[in-house]
Amino acid sequence: MKKEGEVRISSGCAISGIFRRDGKRISGEAIRRSIAVMHDRSNGLGGGFAAYGIYPQYKDHFALHIFYDSQSAREETERFLECRFDIINLSKIPVRRTAAITDAPLIWRYFITPLPHMLQDSQLDEKEYTSRAMIGINGSIDGAYVVSCGKDMGVFKAVGYPEDVADFYRIEEYEGYSWTAHGRYPTNTPGWWAGAHPFSLLDLSVVHNGEISSYDANRRTVEMYGYTCSLLTDTEVITYMLDYLTRRQGLSLAECAEVVASPFWTTIAAMEDEQERRRLSYLRRMFSSFLITGPFSILVGFRGGMMALNDRLKLRGLVAAQKGDTFYFSSEEAAIRVVEKDPDRIWAPQGGQAVIVRLNEEAGA
Amino acid sequence: MAKCTPGGISGYAGEEIALTGCLGQRHIGCAMKDGILHVEGTPGNAIAAYLDGGSIYVDGNVQDAAADTMNAGLLAVRGSAGDALAYGMRGGRVYVLGDVGYRAGVHMKAYGEHRGVLVVGGRTGSFLGEYLAGGIIIVLGLGHEGEDITGHFCGSGMYAGTIYLRTVRTVRNLSDKLVMRSVPASELDQVVRPVVEDFASVFSIPVDRCLEGGFIAIEADESKSYSQLYAAV
Repeated sequence: MKKEGEVRISSGCAISGIFRRDGKRISGEAIRRSIAVMHDRSNGLGGGFAAYGIYPQYKDHFALHIFYDSQSAREETERFLECRFDIINLSKIPVRRTAAITDAPLIWRYFITPLPHMLQDSQLDEKEYTSRAMIGINGSIDGAYVVSCGKDMGVFKAVGYPEDVADFYRIEEYEGYSWTAHGRYPTNTPGWWAGAHPFSLLDLSVVHNGEISSYDANRRTVEMYGYTCSLLTDTEVITYMLDYLTRRQGLSLAECAEVVASPFWTTIAAMEDEQERRRLSYLRRMFSSFLITGPFSILVGFRGGMMALNDRLKLRGLVAAQKGDTFYFSSEEAAIRVVEKDPDRIWAPQGGQAVIVRLNEEAGA
Repeated sequence: MAKCTPGGISGYAGEEIALTGCLGQRHIGCAMKDGILHVEGTPGNAIAAYLDGGSIYVDGNVQDAAADTMNAGLLAVRGSAGDALAYGMRGGRVYVLGDVGYRAGVHMKAYGEHRGVLVVGGRTGSFLGEYLAGGIIIVLGLGHEGEDITGHFCGSGMYAGTIYLRTVRTVRNLSDKLVMRSVPASELDQVVRPVVEDFASVFSIPVDRCLEGGFIAIEADESKSYSQLYAAV
Protein backbone atom coordinates (compact mmCIF):
# COMPACT_ATOMS: atom_id res chain seq x y z
CA MET A 1 0.00 0.00 0.00
CA LYS A 2 1.17 3.51 -0.74
CA LYS A 3 1.53 5.53 2.42
CA GLU A 4 1.09 9.20 3.09
CA GLY A 5 3.57 12.03 2.83
CA GLU A 6 4.32 12.37 -0.87
CA VAL A 7 2.02 15.06 -2.26
CA ARG A 8 -0.11 17.94 -1.03
CA ILE A 9 -3.49 18.73 -2.50
CA SER A 10 -5.85 21.56 -1.61
CA SER A 11 -8.95 21.04 0.51
CA GLY A 12 -12.23 19.22 0.00
CA CYS A 13 -13.92 16.18 1.58
CA ALA A 14 -17.56 15.19 1.91
CA ILE A 15 -19.47 13.50 4.70
CA SER A 16 -22.93 12.04 4.82
CA GLY A 17 -24.98 10.10 7.35
CA ILE A 18 -28.35 8.37 7.51
CA PHE A 19 -29.83 7.21 10.80
CA ARG A 20 -33.08 5.33 11.40
CA ARG A 21 -34.37 6.12 14.87
CA ASP A 22 -36.84 3.25 14.70
CA GLY A 23 -34.00 0.78 14.18
CA LYS A 24 -35.24 -0.30 10.77
CA ARG A 25 -32.31 -1.60 8.77
CA ILE A 26 -31.81 -0.08 5.33
CA SER A 27 -29.56 -1.08 2.48
CA GLY A 28 -26.30 0.74 1.83
CA GLU A 29 -27.64 1.82 -1.53
CA ALA A 30 -29.08 5.06 -0.08
CA ILE A 31 -25.85 6.24 1.52
CA ARG A 32 -24.02 5.43 -1.71
CA ARG A 33 -26.36 7.69 -3.68
CA SER A 34 -26.03 10.44 -1.08
CA ILE A 35 -22.24 10.57 -1.03
CA ALA A 36 -22.03 10.22 -4.81
CA VAL A 37 -23.78 13.56 -5.31
CA MET A 38 -20.77 15.23 -3.73
CA HIS A 39 -18.30 13.54 -6.08
CA ASP A 40 -16.55 16.87 -6.74
CA ARG A 41 -15.63 17.24 -3.08
CA SER A 42 -13.40 14.15 -3.34
CA ASN A 43 -10.40 13.45 -5.55
CA GLY A 44 -10.34 9.69 -5.58
CA LEU A 45 -7.80 9.31 -2.78
CA GLY A 46 -10.18 7.86 -0.24
CA GLY A 47 -13.75 6.82 0.39
CA GLY A 48 -15.46 4.79 3.04
CA PHE A 49 -18.51 3.77 4.98
CA ALA A 50 -19.40 2.80 8.54
CA ALA A 51 -22.52 0.77 9.15
CA TYR A 52 -24.28 -0.26 12.35
CA GLY A 53 -26.69 -3.15 12.74
CA ILE A 54 -25.16 -5.11 9.88
CA TYR A 55 -24.15 -8.22 11.81
CA PRO A 56 -27.20 -9.13 13.92
CA GLN A 57 -26.26 -12.81 13.90
CA TYR A 58 -22.96 -11.94 15.61
CA LYS A 59 -24.09 -8.88 17.57
CA ASP A 60 -22.49 -10.04 20.84
CA HIS A 61 -19.05 -10.52 19.29
CA PHE A 62 -16.45 -7.99 18.27
CA ALA A 63 -16.35 -7.74 14.48
CA LEU A 64 -12.85 -7.07 13.19
CA HIS A 65 -12.18 -5.69 9.73
CA ILE A 66 -8.46 -5.91 9.03
CA PHE A 67 -6.23 -4.91 6.09
CA TYR A 68 -3.08 -6.93 5.49
CA ASP A 69 -0.13 -6.08 3.29
CA SER A 70 0.92 -9.73 3.13
CA GLN A 71 0.05 -13.28 4.07
CA SER A 72 2.75 -13.22 6.71
CA ALA A 73 1.09 -10.20 8.35
CA ARG A 74 -2.17 -12.13 8.37
CA GLU A 75 -0.58 -15.21 9.88
CA GLU A 76 1.16 -13.21 12.58
CA THR A 77 -2.05 -11.35 13.40
CA GLU A 78 -4.09 -14.53 13.59
CA ARG A 79 -1.51 -16.05 15.96
CA PHE A 80 -1.81 -12.88 18.06
CA LEU A 81 -5.59 -13.13 18.09
CA GLU A 82 -5.72 -16.85 18.86
CA CYS A 83 -3.73 -16.30 22.05
CA ARG A 84 -6.20 -13.71 23.31
CA PHE A 85 -9.59 -14.31 21.69
CA ASP A 86 -11.96 -17.04 20.71
CA ILE A 87 -12.37 -16.64 16.95
CA ILE A 88 -15.98 -17.49 16.20
CA ASN A 89 -15.81 -16.94 12.47
CA LEU A 90 -13.31 -15.63 9.95
CA SER A 91 -13.52 -14.96 6.23
CA LYS A 92 -12.40 -12.67 3.48
CA ILE A 93 -14.70 -9.68 3.12
CA PRO A 94 -16.55 -10.17 -0.18
CA VAL A 95 -15.55 -7.60 -2.78
CA ARG A 96 -16.47 -6.87 -6.36
CA ARG A 97 -13.35 -6.31 -8.40
CA THR A 98 -13.62 -3.01 -10.30
CA ALA A 99 -11.20 -1.09 -12.45
CA ALA A 100 -11.67 1.97 -10.23
CA ILE A 101 -10.24 0.33 -7.11
CA THR A 102 -6.70 -0.91 -7.37
CA ASP A 103 -3.87 -2.07 -5.12
CA ALA A 104 -6.27 -3.68 -2.67
CA PRO A 105 -4.71 -5.25 0.41
CA LEU A 106 -5.92 -8.55 1.81
CA ILE A 107 -9.19 -7.71 3.56
CA TRP A 108 -10.39 -10.05 6.28
CA ARG A 109 -13.22 -10.12 8.79
CA TYR A 110 -13.26 -11.90 12.16
CA PHE A 111 -15.90 -12.28 14.82
CA ILE A 112 -14.18 -12.71 18.16
CA THR A 113 -14.73 -12.71 21.87
CA PRO A 114 -12.03 -12.47 24.56
CA LEU A 115 -10.79 -15.77 25.99
CA PRO A 116 -12.39 -15.84 29.46
CA HIS A 117 -9.26 -16.76 31.40
CA MET A 118 -7.16 -14.17 29.56
CA LEU A 119 -9.76 -11.52 30.19
CA GLN A 120 -9.92 -12.44 33.86
CA ASP A 121 -6.15 -12.42 34.23
CA SER A 122 -5.95 -9.01 32.56
CA GLN A 123 -8.28 -7.48 35.19
CA LEU A 124 -9.70 -5.33 32.42
CA ASP A 125 -13.22 -5.08 31.07
CA GLU A 126 -13.72 -6.59 27.63
CA LYS A 127 -13.72 -3.25 25.83
CA GLU A 128 -10.44 -2.12 27.33
CA TYR A 129 -8.97 -5.57 26.78
CA THR A 130 -10.03 -5.56 23.14
CA SER A 131 -9.03 -1.97 22.40
CA ARG A 132 -5.54 -2.57 23.81
CA ALA A 133 -5.19 -5.64 21.61
CA MET A 134 -6.29 -3.76 18.50
CA ILE A 135 -3.99 -0.81 19.17
CA GLY A 136 -1.29 -3.40 19.76
CA ILE A 137 -1.84 -4.97 16.34
CA ASN A 138 -1.73 -1.60 14.57
CA GLY A 139 1.37 -0.56 16.42
CA SER A 140 3.40 -3.77 16.47
CA ILE A 141 2.53 -6.03 13.54
CA ASP A 142 4.05 -4.72 10.36
CA GLY A 143 1.52 -4.62 7.52
CA ALA A 144 -1.60 -5.26 9.64
CA TYR A 145 -4.21 -2.54 10.13
CA VAL A 146 -7.38 -3.02 12.16
CA VAL A 147 -9.89 -0.68 10.56
CA SER A 148 -12.83 -1.50 12.80
CA CYS A 149 -13.45 -3.65 15.86
CA GLY A 150 -16.89 -2.82 17.26
CA LYS A 151 -19.90 -5.02 17.80
CA ASP A 152 -22.58 -5.30 15.13
CA MET A 153 -20.81 -2.69 13.02
CA GLY A 154 -18.08 -2.42 10.45
CA VAL A 155 -15.99 -0.02 8.41
CA PHE A 156 -15.50 -0.43 4.66
CA LYS A 157 -12.90 1.89 3.14
CA ALA A 158 -10.41 2.14 0.33
CA VAL A 159 -8.49 4.46 -1.94
CA GLY A 160 -10.97 5.63 -4.56
CA TYR A 161 -14.10 7.70 -4.97
CA PRO A 162 -16.72 6.74 -2.38
CA GLU A 163 -19.23 5.45 -4.92
CA ASP A 164 -16.54 3.19 -6.36
CA VAL A 165 -15.63 2.05 -2.87
CA ALA A 166 -19.30 1.20 -2.30
CA ASP A 167 -19.35 -0.91 -5.46
CA PHE A 168 -16.10 -2.59 -4.49
CA TYR A 169 -17.43 -3.67 -1.09
CA ARG A 170 -20.91 -4.53 -2.47
CA ILE A 171 -22.24 -2.10 0.09
CA GLU A 172 -25.79 -2.41 -1.22
CA GLU A 173 -25.87 -5.98 0.11
CA TYR A 174 -25.54 -4.83 3.74
CA GLU A 175 -28.42 -3.56 5.84
CA GLY A 176 -28.00 -1.30 8.86
CA TYR A 177 -29.94 1.26 10.90
CA SER A 178 -27.07 3.75 10.79
CA TRP A 179 -24.72 4.66 7.96
CA THR A 180 -21.98 7.22 7.59
CA ALA A 181 -19.92 7.90 4.49
CA HIS A 182 -16.87 9.86 3.53
CA GLY A 183 -15.37 11.15 0.30
CA ARG A 184 -11.78 12.18 0.77
CA TYR A 185 -9.76 15.05 -0.63
CA PRO A 186 -6.55 14.85 1.41
CA THR A 187 -4.85 18.11 2.26
CA ASN A 188 -1.59 17.38 4.02
CA THR A 189 -1.77 13.60 4.02
CA PRO A 190 -2.12 11.75 0.70
CA GLY A 191 -4.42 8.80 0.47
CA TRP A 192 -3.68 5.26 1.48
CA TRP A 193 -6.06 2.47 2.33
CA ALA A 194 -5.90 2.56 6.11
CA GLY A 195 -5.84 6.36 6.04
CA ALA A 196 -9.26 6.59 4.42
CA HIS A 197 -12.23 7.42 6.63
CA PRO A 198 -14.08 6.32 8.73
CA PHE A 199 -11.68 5.83 11.62
CA SER A 200 -12.95 3.50 14.26
CA LEU A 201 -12.21 2.05 17.68
CA LEU A 202 -14.63 -0.32 19.35
CA ASP A 203 -18.14 0.97 18.62
CA LEU A 204 -17.06 4.51 17.70
CA SER A 205 -16.44 5.65 14.16
CA VAL A 206 -15.63 9.09 12.82
CA VAL A 207 -15.85 10.70 9.39
CA HIS A 208 -14.38 14.15 9.12
CA ASN A 209 -14.30 17.05 6.71
CA GLY A 210 -11.61 19.53 7.65
CA GLU A 211 -8.16 19.75 9.10
CA ILE A 212 -7.10 19.64 12.73
CA SER A 213 -4.63 22.40 13.53
CA SER A 214 -4.26 21.03 17.04
CA TYR A 215 -3.42 17.50 15.86
CA ASP A 216 -0.02 17.25 17.51
CA ALA A 217 -1.25 18.60 20.84
CA ASN A 218 -4.21 16.23 20.74
CA ARG A 219 -2.03 13.29 19.69
CA ARG A 220 0.46 13.86 22.50
CA THR A 221 -2.42 13.96 24.95
CA VAL A 222 -4.05 10.67 23.92
CA GLU A 223 -0.70 8.95 23.69
CA MET A 224 -0.26 9.68 27.39
CA TYR A 225 -3.27 7.44 27.96
CA GLY A 226 -2.07 4.45 25.96
CA TYR A 227 -3.33 5.23 22.48
CA THR A 228 -0.99 5.09 19.50
CA CYS A 229 -1.69 7.14 16.39
CA SER A 230 -0.43 4.83 13.69
CA LEU A 231 -2.63 5.58 10.69
CA LEU A 232 -0.93 8.86 9.74
CA THR A 233 -4.05 10.97 9.42
CA ASP A 234 -5.38 13.65 11.76
CA THR A 235 -8.89 12.23 12.04
CA GLU A 236 -7.59 9.15 13.81
CA VAL A 237 -6.91 11.20 16.91
CA ILE A 238 -10.54 12.37 17.15
CA THR A 239 -11.64 8.75 17.46
CA TYR A 240 -9.25 8.11 20.33
CA MET A 241 -10.16 11.38 22.05
CA LEU A 242 -13.84 10.52 21.98
CA ASP A 243 -13.14 6.98 23.17
CA TYR A 244 -11.10 8.31 26.07
CA LEU A 245 -13.64 10.94 27.06
CA THR A 246 -16.69 8.68 26.84
CA ARG A 247 -15.45 5.25 27.88
CA ARG A 248 -12.69 6.14 30.30
CA GLN A 249 -13.84 9.50 31.66
CA GLY A 250 -17.55 8.80 31.51
CA LEU A 251 -18.52 11.98 29.70
CA SER A 252 -21.66 12.05 27.64
CA LEU A 253 -21.31 12.78 23.94
CA ALA A 254 -22.94 16.17 24.50
CA GLU A 255 -20.21 16.95 27.04
CA CYS A 256 -17.57 15.65 24.62
CA ALA A 257 -18.83 18.17 22.09
CA GLU A 258 -18.47 20.91 24.69
CA VAL A 259 -14.88 19.81 25.24
CA VAL A 260 -13.66 19.39 21.67
CA ALA A 261 -15.62 22.38 20.33
CA SER A 262 -15.91 24.37 23.51
CA PRO A 263 -17.48 27.83 23.53
CA PHE A 264 -15.15 30.82 23.56
CA TRP A 265 -14.28 32.22 26.97
CA THR A 266 -16.08 35.42 25.98
CA THR A 267 -19.21 33.41 25.20
CA ILE A 268 -19.01 31.57 28.51
CA ALA A 269 -18.43 34.81 30.40
CA ALA A 270 -21.54 36.35 28.84
CA MET A 271 -23.81 33.52 30.01
CA GLU A 272 -26.45 34.51 32.54
CA ASP A 273 -26.80 31.05 34.10
CA GLU A 274 -23.98 30.83 36.64
CA GLN A 275 -24.21 27.05 36.99
CA GLU A 276 -23.87 26.63 33.25
CA ARG A 277 -20.97 29.09 33.21
CA ARG A 278 -19.18 27.08 35.89
CA ARG A 279 -19.89 23.76 34.19
CA LEU A 280 -18.51 24.89 30.84
CA SER A 281 -15.52 26.54 32.50
CA TYR A 282 -14.78 23.27 34.30
CA LEU A 283 -14.89 21.26 31.08
CA ARG A 284 -12.58 23.73 29.30
CA ARG A 285 -10.05 23.70 32.12
CA MET A 286 -10.22 20.01 32.95
CA PHE A 287 -9.86 18.82 29.35
CA SER A 288 -8.04 21.73 27.76
CA SER A 289 -5.75 19.46 25.73
CA PHE A 290 -8.78 17.90 24.09
CA LEU A 291 -9.88 21.13 22.41
CA ILE A 292 -9.81 20.70 18.64
CA THR A 293 -8.85 23.78 16.69
CA GLY A 294 -9.09 24.18 12.96
CA PRO A 295 -12.01 23.53 10.66
CA PHE A 296 -14.06 20.40 11.07
CA SER A 297 -17.44 18.89 10.55
CA ILE A 298 -17.68 15.34 11.84
CA LEU A 299 -20.17 12.53 12.07
CA VAL A 300 -19.62 10.17 14.96
CA GLY A 301 -21.26 6.79 14.71
CA PHE A 302 -21.79 4.80 17.89
CA ARG A 303 -23.88 1.82 18.83
CA GLY A 304 -27.46 3.03 18.89
CA GLY A 305 -26.82 6.57 17.72
CA MET A 306 -25.07 9.23 15.71
CA MET A 307 -23.64 12.66 16.51
CA ALA A 308 -23.04 15.53 14.08
CA LEU A 309 -20.73 18.33 15.15
CA ASN A 310 -19.17 21.41 13.58
CA ASP A 311 -16.18 23.32 14.86
CA ARG A 312 -17.24 26.32 16.91
CA LEU A 313 -16.45 28.74 14.10
CA LYS A 314 -18.34 26.59 11.59
CA LEU A 315 -15.59 26.54 9.03
CA ARG A 316 -17.02 23.53 7.19
CA GLY A 317 -20.48 22.88 5.82
CA LEU A 318 -22.98 20.73 7.69
CA VAL A 319 -26.68 20.30 6.98
CA ALA A 320 -29.19 18.20 8.92
CA ALA A 321 -32.66 17.01 8.04
CA GLN A 322 -35.43 14.81 9.40
CA LYS A 323 -38.18 12.86 7.75
CA GLY A 324 -40.24 10.88 10.21
CA ASP A 325 -37.89 8.53 12.05
CA THR A 326 -35.00 9.08 9.66
CA PHE A 327 -32.29 11.66 10.21
CA TYR A 328 -29.87 12.86 7.56
CA PHE A 329 -26.58 14.74 7.87
CA SER A 330 -24.38 15.92 5.06
CA SER A 331 -21.84 18.45 3.88
CA GLU A 332 -24.37 19.67 1.32
CA GLU A 333 -28.15 19.84 1.18
CA ALA A 334 -28.21 18.22 -2.26
CA ALA A 335 -26.82 15.00 -0.77
CA ILE A 336 -29.88 14.81 1.44
CA ARG A 337 -32.40 15.81 -1.22
CA VAL A 338 -31.19 13.05 -3.51
CA VAL A 339 -32.40 10.41 -1.05
CA GLU A 340 -35.20 12.39 0.61
CA LYS A 341 -36.73 14.99 -1.66
CA ASP A 342 -39.19 16.36 0.86
CA PRO A 343 -37.87 16.29 4.44
CA ASP A 344 -40.08 17.41 7.32
CA ARG A 345 -37.38 19.87 8.34
CA ILE A 346 -33.93 20.81 7.18
CA TRP A 347 -31.48 22.99 9.06
CA ALA A 348 -27.85 23.97 9.49
CA PRO A 349 -26.57 23.12 12.98
CA GLN A 350 -24.76 25.94 14.77
CA GLY A 351 -21.02 25.79 15.23
CA GLY A 352 -20.07 23.78 18.30
CA GLN A 353 -23.62 22.60 18.95
CA ALA A 354 -23.90 18.85 18.62
CA VAL A 355 -26.91 17.15 17.10
CA ILE A 356 -27.25 13.72 18.71
CA VAL A 357 -29.80 11.17 17.57
CA ARG A 358 -30.44 7.80 19.19
CA LEU A 359 -32.57 4.74 18.63
CA ASN A 360 -36.02 4.80 20.16
CA GLU A 361 -36.26 2.78 23.35
CA GLU A 362 -38.27 0.06 21.67
CA ALA A 363 -35.73 -0.20 18.84
CA GLY A 364 -32.85 -1.03 21.18
CA ALA A 365 -29.30 -1.40 19.93
CA MET B 1 -38.33 30.74 -22.12
CA ALA B 2 -35.81 28.00 -22.76
CA LYS B 3 -35.90 25.02 -20.43
CA CYS B 4 -32.80 23.24 -19.28
CA THR B 5 -33.03 19.90 -17.50
CA PRO B 6 -30.41 17.23 -16.84
CA GLY B 7 -31.44 15.92 -20.28
CA GLY B 8 -30.43 19.07 -22.18
CA ILE B 9 -31.64 22.51 -23.24
CA SER B 10 -34.74 23.03 -25.34
CA GLY B 11 -36.22 26.19 -26.86
CA TYR B 12 -33.23 28.41 -26.18
CA ALA B 13 -34.17 31.99 -27.03
CA GLY B 14 -31.05 33.73 -25.83
CA GLU B 15 -32.17 35.77 -22.86
CA GLU B 16 -34.16 33.71 -20.39
CA ILE B 17 -33.45 30.16 -19.28
CA ALA B 18 -34.99 27.92 -16.65
CA LEU B 19 -33.00 25.16 -14.97
CA THR B 20 -35.11 22.51 -13.29
CA GLY B 21 -34.25 19.52 -11.15
CA CYS B 22 -30.96 20.94 -9.91
CA LEU B 23 -29.19 18.70 -7.42
CA GLY B 24 -25.81 19.85 -6.29
CA GLN B 25 -24.42 21.06 -9.64
CA ARG B 26 -21.79 23.67 -8.87
CA HIS B 27 -21.02 27.10 -10.36
CA ILE B 28 -24.42 27.67 -11.99
CA GLY B 29 -24.50 31.13 -13.55
CA CYS B 30 -20.85 31.64 -12.81
CA ALA B 31 -19.63 34.95 -14.33
CA MET B 32 -22.93 35.42 -16.21
CA LYS B 33 -23.04 38.90 -17.78
CA ASP B 34 -26.70 39.35 -18.76
CA GLY B 35 -29.98 37.55 -19.25
CA ILE B 36 -32.29 35.90 -16.75
CA LEU B 37 -31.80 32.50 -15.19
CA HIS B 38 -34.52 30.70 -13.22
CA VAL B 39 -33.29 27.85 -11.05
CA GLU B 40 -35.46 25.20 -9.40
CA GLY B 41 -34.19 22.54 -7.02
CA THR B 42 -31.05 22.55 -4.91
CA PRO B 43 -28.18 24.10 -6.87
CA GLY B 44 -24.68 23.28 -5.72
CA ASN B 45 -22.02 25.47 -4.16
CA ALA B 46 -20.93 28.77 -5.64
CA ILE B 47 -24.03 29.61 -7.65
CA ALA B 48 -23.69 33.14 -9.11
CA ALA B 49 -19.97 33.25 -8.35
CA TYR B 50 -18.35 36.19 -10.13
CA LEU B 51 -21.80 37.24 -11.38
CA ASP B 52 -21.25 40.20 -13.68
CA GLY B 53 -24.81 41.13 -14.60
CA GLY B 54 -28.25 39.74 -15.32
CA SER B 55 -30.51 38.09 -12.79
CA ILE B 56 -30.66 34.66 -11.19
CA TYR B 57 -33.85 33.62 -9.43
CA VAL B 58 -33.73 30.49 -7.28
CA ASP B 59 -36.88 28.73 -6.20
CA GLY B 60 -35.35 26.73 -3.36
CA ASN B 61 -32.33 26.88 -1.10
CA VAL B 62 -28.79 27.66 -2.20
CA GLN B 63 -25.75 25.98 -0.65
CA ASP B 64 -22.44 27.46 0.47
CA ALA B 65 -20.46 30.20 -1.26
CA ALA B 66 -23.31 31.64 -3.34
CA ALA B 67 -22.49 34.98 -5.02
CA ASP B 68 -18.79 34.62 -4.28
CA THR B 69 -16.89 37.70 -5.49
CA MET B 70 -19.98 38.93 -7.33
CA ASN B 71 -19.57 42.10 -9.36
CA ALA B 72 -23.03 43.08 -10.55
CA GLY B 73 -26.52 41.77 -11.19
CA LEU B 74 -29.08 40.12 -8.93
CA LEU B 75 -29.24 36.82 -7.07
CA ALA B 76 -32.70 36.34 -5.54
CA VAL B 77 -33.28 33.22 -3.43
CA ARG B 78 -36.79 32.28 -2.42
CA GLY B 79 -35.43 29.99 0.28
CA SER B 80 -32.39 29.91 2.52
CA ALA B 81 -28.65 30.14 1.87
CA GLY B 82 -25.68 28.27 3.28
CA ASP B 83 -22.43 29.63 4.66
CA ALA B 84 -20.16 32.33 3.24
CA LEU B 85 -22.86 33.95 1.15
CA ALA B 86 -21.62 36.92 -0.92
CA TYR B 87 -18.00 36.38 0.08
CA GLY B 88 -15.98 39.32 -1.24
CA MET B 89 -19.00 40.69 -3.11
CA ARG B 90 -18.10 43.94 -4.84
CA GLY B 91 -21.36 45.03 -6.41
CA GLY B 92 -24.90 44.02 -7.31
CA ARG B 93 -27.73 42.72 -5.14
CA VAL B 94 -28.16 39.48 -3.21
CA TYR B 95 -31.61 38.93 -1.77
CA VAL B 96 -32.46 35.89 0.35
CA LEU B 97 -36.00 35.54 1.61
CA GLY B 98 -35.19 32.99 4.31
CA ASP B 99 -32.26 32.45 6.67
CA VAL B 100 -28.57 32.46 5.84
CA GLY B 101 -25.66 30.58 7.41
CA TYR B 102 -22.39 31.69 8.93
CA ARG B 103 -20.24 34.49 7.51
CA ALA B 104 -22.81 36.06 5.24
CA GLY B 105 -21.26 39.09 3.59
CA VAL B 106 -17.74 38.18 4.67
CA HIS B 107 -15.34 40.76 3.29
CA MET B 108 -17.88 42.51 1.09
CA LYS B 109 -16.34 45.65 -0.26
CA ALA B 110 -17.00 48.84 -2.21
CA TYR B 111 -15.05 50.84 -4.73
CA GLY B 112 -16.06 54.00 -6.56
CA GLU B 113 -19.70 53.63 -7.54
CA HIS B 114 -19.70 49.89 -6.90
CA ARG B 115 -21.27 48.77 -3.66
CA GLY B 116 -22.65 45.35 -2.82
CA VAL B 117 -26.09 45.08 -1.23
CA LEU B 118 -27.13 42.01 0.74
CA VAL B 119 -30.63 41.67 2.20
CA VAL B 120 -31.67 38.73 4.37
CA GLY B 121 -35.36 38.22 5.04
CA GLY B 122 -34.85 35.83 7.96
CA ARG B 123 -31.98 35.38 10.40
CA THR B 124 -28.26 34.93 10.02
CA GLY B 125 -25.65 32.67 11.56
CA SER B 126 -22.60 33.94 13.41
CA PHE B 127 -19.90 36.19 11.97
CA LEU B 128 -22.30 38.20 9.84
CA GLY B 129 -20.31 40.80 7.89
CA GLU B 130 -16.95 39.46 9.07
CA TYR B 131 -14.13 41.70 7.79
CA LEU B 132 -16.76 43.87 6.09
CA ALA B 133 -14.94 46.46 3.99
CA GLY B 134 -17.84 48.15 2.23
CA GLY B 135 -21.42 47.86 1.03
CA ILE B 136 -24.52 47.36 3.12
CA ILE B 137 -26.14 44.36 4.76
CA ILE B 138 -29.75 44.47 5.88
CA VAL B 139 -31.25 41.73 8.06
CA LEU B 140 -35.03 41.86 8.47
CA GLY B 141 -35.68 38.90 10.79
CA LEU B 142 -39.14 38.37 9.34
CA GLY B 143 -41.05 35.91 11.50
CA HIS B 144 -38.47 36.19 14.26
CA GLU B 145 -39.62 39.39 15.91
CA GLY B 146 -38.48 39.56 19.53
CA GLU B 147 -35.71 37.00 18.94
CA ASP B 148 -32.02 37.32 18.17
CA ILE B 149 -31.70 37.67 14.41
CA THR B 150 -27.94 37.28 14.17
CA GLY B 151 -25.54 34.79 15.74
CA HIS B 152 -22.40 35.56 17.68
CA PHE B 153 -19.60 37.95 16.69
CA CYS B 154 -21.54 40.07 14.26
CA GLY B 155 -19.18 42.35 12.33
CA SER B 156 -15.96 40.79 13.63
CA GLY B 157 -13.05 42.58 12.02
CA MET B 158 -15.24 44.91 9.95
CA TYR B 159 -13.72 48.24 9.11
CA ALA B 160 -16.16 49.85 6.65
CA GLY B 161 -19.69 49.43 5.35
CA THR B 162 -22.86 49.21 7.43
CA ILE B 163 -24.95 46.41 8.86
CA TYR B 164 -28.62 47.26 9.42
CA LEU B 165 -30.66 45.00 11.68
CA ARG B 166 -34.43 45.24 12.10
CA THR B 167 -34.33 44.70 15.83
CA VAL B 168 -34.18 46.56 19.09
CA ARG B 169 -32.30 43.80 20.88
CA THR B 170 -28.67 43.91 21.89
CA VAL B 171 -26.35 42.03 19.55
CA ARG B 172 -24.45 39.17 21.18
CA ASN B 173 -20.66 39.30 21.49
CA LEU B 174 -20.35 42.57 19.64
CA SER B 175 -16.75 43.73 19.58
CA ASP B 176 -16.01 46.89 21.50
CA LYS B 177 -14.25 48.07 18.36
CA LEU B 178 -17.65 48.51 16.71
CA VAL B 179 -20.39 51.03 17.35
CA MET B 180 -24.08 50.27 17.42
CA ARG B 181 -26.68 53.02 16.97
CA SER B 182 -30.35 53.49 16.28
CA VAL B 183 -31.14 54.38 12.68
CA PRO B 184 -32.76 57.81 12.34
CA ALA B 185 -35.82 58.25 10.15
CA SER B 186 -33.92 60.23 7.54
CA GLU B 187 -31.35 57.46 7.06
CA LEU B 188 -34.08 54.86 7.06
CA ASP B 189 -35.88 56.66 4.22
CA GLN B 190 -32.80 57.47 2.19
CA VAL B 191 -30.76 54.29 2.56
CA VAL B 192 -32.81 51.39 3.89
CA ARG B 193 -36.28 51.94 2.45
CA PRO B 194 -35.33 51.97 -1.27
CA VAL B 195 -33.43 48.71 -0.90
CA VAL B 196 -36.15 47.01 1.14
CA GLU B 197 -38.81 48.15 -1.33
CA ASP B 198 -36.84 46.52 -4.12
CA PHE B 199 -36.42 43.35 -2.01
CA ALA B 200 -40.15 43.21 -1.25
CA SER B 201 -40.95 43.77 -4.90
CA VAL B 202 -38.75 40.89 -6.04
CA PHE B 203 -40.47 38.46 -3.67
CA SER B 204 -43.93 40.06 -3.87
CA ILE B 205 -44.23 40.57 -0.13
CA PRO B 206 -45.65 43.62 1.71
CA VAL B 207 -42.97 46.24 2.17
CA ASP B 208 -44.56 47.75 5.28
CA ARG B 209 -44.03 44.51 7.18
CA CYS B 210 -40.35 44.60 6.28
CA LEU B 211 -39.96 48.05 7.75
CA GLU B 212 -42.03 47.65 10.93
CA GLY B 213 -40.27 48.48 14.18
CA GLY B 214 -36.88 50.02 14.67
CA PHE B 215 -33.56 49.40 12.97
CA ILE B 216 -30.12 49.48 14.48
CA ALA B 217 -26.91 50.02 12.54
CA ILE B 218 -23.48 48.55 13.24
CA GLU B 219 -20.35 50.19 11.94
CA ALA B 220 -16.65 50.24 12.66
CA ASP B 221 -15.53 52.64 15.33
CA GLU B 222 -13.14 54.80 13.39
CA SER B 223 -11.49 56.01 16.55
CA LYS B 224 -10.04 52.57 17.25
CA SER B 225 -7.32 50.84 15.37
CA TYR B 226 -8.07 47.94 13.05
CA SER B 227 -5.21 45.93 14.41
CA GLN B 228 -7.10 44.96 17.55
CA LEU B 229 -10.52 44.41 16.02
CA TYR B 230 -10.35 40.67 16.10
CA ALA B 231 -9.02 40.42 19.62
CA ALA B 232 -12.47 40.01 21.13
CA VAL B 233 -12.83 36.51 19.66
